[in-house]
Amino acid sequence: MKKFYSILAILVIASMALSACGTPAAAPATEAPAAAKLKVGEVTDMGGIDDKSFNAGAYAGVEKAVADLGVDGKYLESTQQSDYAKNIQQLLTEKTDLIVTVGFLLGVDTAVAAKANPDTKFAIVDYAYPDCGPDGVEGQTCGSASEIPNVLGLTFQTDEAAFLAGYAAAASTTTGKVATFGGINIPTVSIFMKGFEAGVKYYNAQKGTNVEVLGWDTAANDGSFTGNFDSTDDGRSFAESFVQEGADIIMPVAGPVGLGSAAYCQESKSCKIIGVDVDWTVSASEYKDVILTSVLKNVNVAVFDTIKAAQDGSFKGGVYVGTLSNGGLGLAPVAGASDELKGELDTVTKGIIDGSIAVK
Amino acid sequence: MSATVPPSKKTETKKAGAALGQALLVPSLAVVTGLLIGAIVIVASGASVTKAYGALFAGSFGNPINFFSALQVLFSSGDSAPLLKAIYPFTESLVTATPYIFAGLSVAVGFRCGLFNIGAEGQFFVGALCSAFVGYSLKGLPMLIHLPLALLGGALGGGIWGMIPGYLKARFGAHEVVNTIMMNWIAFKFSDWLLNGPMKASGFRPVTPNIEASAELPRFFADPLRFNLGFFLALLFAYLVYWFLFKTTLGFEIRSVGANPDAAKYAGMNIIKNFVLVMAISGGLAGLAGSAQVLGVDHWVGQGFSAGYGFDAIALALLGKSHPFGVVLAALLFGFLRSGATNMQSMAGIPIDIISIIQGLIIVFIAAPDIIRWLYRIRSLKTEETVLTRGWGK
Repeated sequence: MKKFYSILAILVIASMALSACGTPAAAPATEAPAAAKLKVGEVTDMGGIDDKSFNAGAYAGVEKAVADLGVDGKYLESTQQSDYAKNIQQLLTEKTDLIVTVGFLLGVDTAVAAKANPDTKFAIVDYAYPDCGPDGVEGQTCGSASEIPNVLGLTFQTDEAAFLAGYAAAASTTTGKVATFGGINIPTVSIFMKGFEAGVKYYNAQKGTNVEVLGWDTAANDGSFTGNFDSTDDGRSFAESFVQEGADIIMPVAGPVGLGSAAYCQESKSCKIIGVDVDWTVSASEYKDVILTSVLKNVNVAVFDTIKAAQDGSFKGGVYVGTLSNGGLGLAPVAGASDELKGELDTVTKGIIDGSIAVK
Repeated sequence: MSATVPPSKKTETKKAGAALGQALLVPSLAVVTGLLIGAIVIVASGASVTKAYGALFAGSFGNPINFFSALQVLFSSGDSAPLLKAIYPFTESLVTATPYIFAGLSVAVGFRCGLFNIGAEGQFFVGALCSAFVGYSLKGLPMLIHLPLALLGGALGGGIWGMIPGYLKARFGAHEVVNTIMMNWIAFKFSDWLLNGPMKASGFRPVTPNIEASAELPRFFADPLRFNLGFFLALLFAYLVYWFLFKTTLGFEIRSVGANPDAAKYAGMNIIKNFVLVMAISGGLAGLAGSAQVLGVDHWVGQGFSAGYGFDAIALALLGKSHPFGVVLAALLFGFLRSGATNMQSMAGIPIDIISIIQGLIIVFIAAPDIIRWLYRIRSLKTEETVLTRGWGK
């Protein structure tokens, strides 16, 4: 037992000593320097910083800004609803210049904080103001654009990129059926599915094929939804039933839920996955072999541009819309695509940008 | 011959003191050991322990220097803003501790009757949703009526959610552990549906509307301080639970059933009634945890409303030895750790998960006190061990 004490004592002393000379390499926080660097802070939603989706994407933008623009950047993770206001408050206390909040769930707390702190800049990913409904109270439960000119909403015309994915899926299917499902039927999710369906239909019209879309119907504005953004089990069972219905390409629009679908495809070797938000061959590289392509929602680009604007003084509140033309959106390389398909996708991309192809 | 000598009053109190000392010693050492091992993890992740724990302390209690200088400002100029800023961390910790107190009490009451309520998380959700519903759907009521109604709604909702497994156990012998877990899932999926359907606010977000101001637990300070009446309500309930368990006949019955159901039955106590009653009370308390959170802090409910309060509550009840006052202390500890973690995350760049690791370690040491006794070579006092839960099918 004596021995144990000595070991414990050594460990404690060692920890103190190490801490003195330890290099906080991976630490997101950096020392506040004497020079007035722009301070940027991100508040995640409950998905956490490594959600392989918009939280991670936004932080990639912050990190790039730290590297390229020399700003100070850090993130605070939220683990529950009451953390949103608290984390924003923490950043305000530290006199952060630009606070980036992620996700519609932070909409209320961002509006409240922005109104109370008009000198601080805010950006919110996937959300925009005004959002005051009939029973909303300005500055308490919602924000109107005129009252909070210090907030920039970062939104994305995602259907443009999903259209390309739908086109690529229709070109790649061997069963003539492709599928998609979502987490919850909210606009930021269903816009993927709408674009996907439109892309498939466009392919059919061009090629005279009859590829079917399962899991979404724009006419009915409804489709298949898991009801959550976290159950990989749901992702697995949704994929399984789509495969049983004959689909061989699936686009899950439900964050980490889709990883369950990817796992199913990998095990059963019966389907391919289209990733969303970020390039899944990078972020979920363990499923690389079953990923056809990914719909890229370049939150990182939007956040980086916002930080840049805040630094050079051109930051303005309002709404940013990411599109194919401004680099806010994109499609990852399609696995095994023929040169013909690549060429067609380029043509379609150009068509969408110049407006000759309607995504709707 | 010592057996024939009646123990003097002095030795009695001494014994009681030693028992209390022992009761406090192991948990305190568990906390210290948890923090020590946490320190090692922090070092391993390449950060500074002094900085991390310094930030943790400042984040949970506030900076004492700021506090005193703010007091000076208040007295000299009457400006209270710096003082509010200085007490913000401390009040936030109390805000975080509030649902922990309720939820910990919930599980502790169950333990006292030998019932293991793993369903506090689901009851928390149901309570929060019921309170939110009463809070936003009734309009134009005075606060004196609306607020109690909203609280009652949460307690009833959680109570019913807890009572169902209690009844299933009493009537059919179905084990409460299995049933409370199942009820959790029903609550989660049910709340998904409610938030996307009947309880959805206008607009696209799957969240409830904001509750009316008359249903809010009053806050004591201006924004952003969220410290509210809920904390004192939680303390009141801790006392009520104590009084109920230890000062009433019903409480005695519950504890008797917990200690030895066969003996309690033989003594003419109604086991079935007690099971159902305890699970209803336990569920009601967990429901109130959700109510306090929605009425006092958030004012609306969205998906992922809870970060596992109901599961942490099991640890709290263990840490507090299933005694209401012990639970309050344990909840305060967790509240301060959780709340300070935000500052630690921000200032020292330590992932917030480290707090979960420290909490987990503390729980391991509490659940297996022999580790602590062995580590620090404490001799075990022969005290009566609380029976936490009975085996299957009893």
